[in-house]
Amino acid sequence: MVEPKIRIENVSYSYDGKRIMNDVTLDIEANAITVFFGPAGGGKTTLLRLLNRLNDLVEGTQMTGRILLDGEDIYTPGTHVPNLRRRVGMVFALPLPLPGSIRENVLYGPQLAGTRDSRRLDEIIQRSLTQAALWDEVKDRLDSPAVALSGGQQQRLCIARSLALEPEVLLLDEPTSGLDPISTKKVEESLFELKEQYTVIIVPHSVQQAARVADHAAFFLMGELVEYRSGNEIFTTPRDKRTEDYVTGRFG
Amino acid sequence: MNRHRTQRIGYAFLALVTLAVVAPILVVVGIIIARGFGAISWEFISAMPYDGMKEGGIFPAIVGTLLLTLGTALAAIPVGIGGTIYLAEYARDTWLTRCIRLAIVNLAGIPSIVYGLFGLGMFVLFMRMGTSILAGSLTLAIMTLPVIISTGEEALRAVPTEFRTVSASLGGTRWQGIRHVILPQALPGMITGIILGLLRAAGETAPILFTVAAFFLPRLPSSPFDQTMALPYHLYVISTQVPGMPQSIQYGTALVLLALVLSMNLVATVIRSYFRRRRQW
Repeated sequence: MVEPKIRIENVSYSYDGKRIMNDVTLDIEANAITVFFGPAGGGKTTLLRLLNRLNDLVEGTQMTGRILLDGEDIYTPGTHVPNLRRRVGMVFALPLPLPGSIRENVLYGPQLAGTRDSRRLDEIIQRSLTQAALWDEVKDRLDSPAVALSGGQQQRLCIARSLALEPEVLLLDEPTSGLDPISTKKVEESLFELKEQYTVIIVPHSVQQAARVADHAAFFLMGELVEYRSGNEIFTTPRDKRTEDYVTGRFG
Repeated sequence: MNRHRTQRIGYAFLALVTLAVVAPILVVVGIIIARGFGAISWEFISAMPYDGMKEGGIFPAIVGTLLLTLGTALAAIPVGIGGTIYLAEYARDTWLTRCIRLAIVNLAGIPSIVYGLFGLGMFVLFMRMGTSILAGSLTLAIMTLPVIISTGEEALRAVPTEFRTVSASLGGTRWQGIRHVILPQALPGMITGIILGLLRAAGETAPILFTVAAFFLPRLPSSPFDQTMALPYHLYVISTQVPGMPQSIQYGTALVLLALVLSMNLVATVIRSYFRRRRQW
């Protein structure tokens, strides 16, 4: 295998003294969709948030092990965390537009990063909204409030907002959990296009979705990585009994 | 009992309670207007007092109160907003920050005369400001800070954490998130605290008693180190210290103070609703 985009090495994590992730090791391939799936409380979201250090915002946590992005430890003291988060973007389960217009939402990241040139900003808006499959629906009302959009549109706006920074890695935490099937389909289709350019890691909201989008899939159960293989294999011929029970719907 | 009737009785009771709250305010304002309106004239609000304050106007007291309120705002707003942001967004939960919070809550309950004595000891004597607008403004500012900070903290905490997370995930530093996402949403609430605090400061007598207020000073202050007359203290003086003061002047002064405070309130409310509309959701 070529050099992985992200290498997670022996990562354990606890919150308030309670261990919620135990010795997880896995490599994430560039320009592919990797899925973290499993029952609630398995540590999927936690791991996702460790990859761009969003858990720094939470007090009372402890992490051991290493996480390497392009071979560099992102937890080394002196790491420029805002820059890391520009390289590793994130989309959350519940779409949360920032106060303000559609335009302001998309440009929030680039403007904080210091992009001022208005031609460049216009390009960013069109590119990221197009990639998130939202451009045609909003191109005539970029300056209207973002909260006026429907739930599905808001979630695609949040994806566009992350893409505006051209991150190398895009983390998606159940991005379609609040969406109807049509919006879900649109989001999934845009994921397939995104992986050409980005490394995508997604926590899906169902096993079916996991099977639909996964190039690689990791099954998490109670803070442990149970099985990590290609998407085709894990959903058709799981090796571990626990994985099999879960993907065939016997529990979870 | 029939539940419709219960509901009607409930409504009637609530209406009665509301009336009990509103009625005293209407009565007080009504009496002040009725008895003071006759004293109001252009001369009354624009001239210096003379003949033992029984003649002329209250211009220096009006200017004094405006200047004191301005000085209080200049001192209290930056410190108050800064302290609020620090406490709500940066300070971790340690014994030190808990002590600070406890102190702020307790400060809000201290009688205003105690602030006056503190101002006298701290600013007038120890820091050698003398009885001056500067000392009075700082004393009023310290009295105002707890209100500004505790309402401001509430307003900041009312903004969901997720906004901070989203801002961080887009490469925002903590300060950028506060500046661009959190503050705009919390500002209307913070401004409410500032209004409440400043209005209270404008109407206070005790804190300015020893720190700035002049009994009778028929000229305008020329620097922050001057004494000045001020409406609340002037009202106290002409109501209790000067025998034979015509009642209309007393009520006229009260009316001007009331009008001043209410119009400042109005201006602040307009500012607040401007920020609220700008928030767009």
